[in-house]
Amino acid sequence: MTEPRLVEVRRNVLKQNDVIARALREEFRAAGVFVVSLVSSPGSGKTTFLEKVLTQLQPQYRVAALVGDLATENDAVRLARSKAPVKQITTGTLCHLEAAMVQNALQGWELNKLDYLFIENVGNLVCPSSYDLGESLRLVLMSVTEGEDKPLKYPTIFNSSDVAVITKNELAVAVEFDWETARKSIESVRPGMQIFRLSAKTGEGMQGFQSYLSQRLAEHRAVAHT
Amino acid sequence: MHELSIAMGIVEAATEEAQRRGVQVSAVHLRLGALSGVVKDALLFSYEVACEDTPLAGSKLIVEDVPIVIHCPACKENKTLISLQSFTCPDCGTPTMNIVRGKELEVFALEVEDEEVAQ
Repeated sequence: MTEPRLVEVRRNVLKQNDVIARALREEFRAAGVFVVSLVSSPGSGKTTFLEKVLTQLQPQYRVAALVGDLATENDAVRLARSKAPVKQITTGTLCHLEAAMVQNALQGWELNKLDYLFIENVGNLVCPSSYDLGESLRLVLMSVTEGEDKPLKYPTIFNSSDVAVITKNELAVAVEFDWETARKSIESVRPGMQIFRLSAKTGEGMQGFQSYLSQRLAEHRAVAHT
Repeated sequence: MHELSIAMGIVEAATEEAQRRGVQVSAVHLRLGALSGVVKDALLFSYEVACEDTPLAGSKLIVEDVPIVIHCPACKENKTLISLQSFTCPDCGTPTMNIVRGKELEVFALEVEDEEVAQ
């Protein structure tokens, strides 16, 4: 036996995922589609919010969605009510989506016929933060019923996201939601993050979010064509 | 809990590197950033399971924690964050998202023993 020695290797453990994510991002850019991924804890209202967004965008834009869940196709069925093309990804026991799953789910899709693609991740505020899906925008969603300090409890996912949406605002008074404390929590873990406070149920604030998406799509295409 | 799939990725990467070099691995050195989204204890536990029935069975996982380092736009210097809950310069309090380090999830070295040449 020889003495143990140290060999430097330097291998990114998530390289395989990152390579696929980069290829997806390039494909999305070339097709001119703006891709939004949604992350949140279970039950915070991602599907209700997304159903509303898909419905509102449709007169003007071509939209589609992928939705990840451990099991059942219930969310795809709910989202399909918006009349947008929807595909369910069931992950089995896996608690997050990976770039390869997105790539597989999109086989045969004509991305250049889309303006927006939404990817609803599995409800989980921990694991999805490690996996790039090639998205243009990562949206983190929390509801007023979850408590103002949620961002402080899950700093990694909030830090890795680009925009925050606080939903179920129609319940804010009932649960004594302190908006200022929540805003400070987000600002602390993700300085400069834009925050939308809205109610998917009553429609309050949804118009402002839609304007934001329109603006981001225009910017995305302006950059893609330079 | 995605640490088991991360651990399997580590074993896969290390096995490939070891086979390429024709060496036996006794330990894997991993750099783990505080922003990697991976829990160290869960990873250490998962590593043993991931190693079973592979050439790395019995090897150790040695984790080097990498703190978050930001570049403060006011001080114009790199600073180590004190808390994951506050992305502000620890000296002047300027908020910043200029993250320099802390997202690492990297197998950076292997402790190896050269395989004995057959007689």
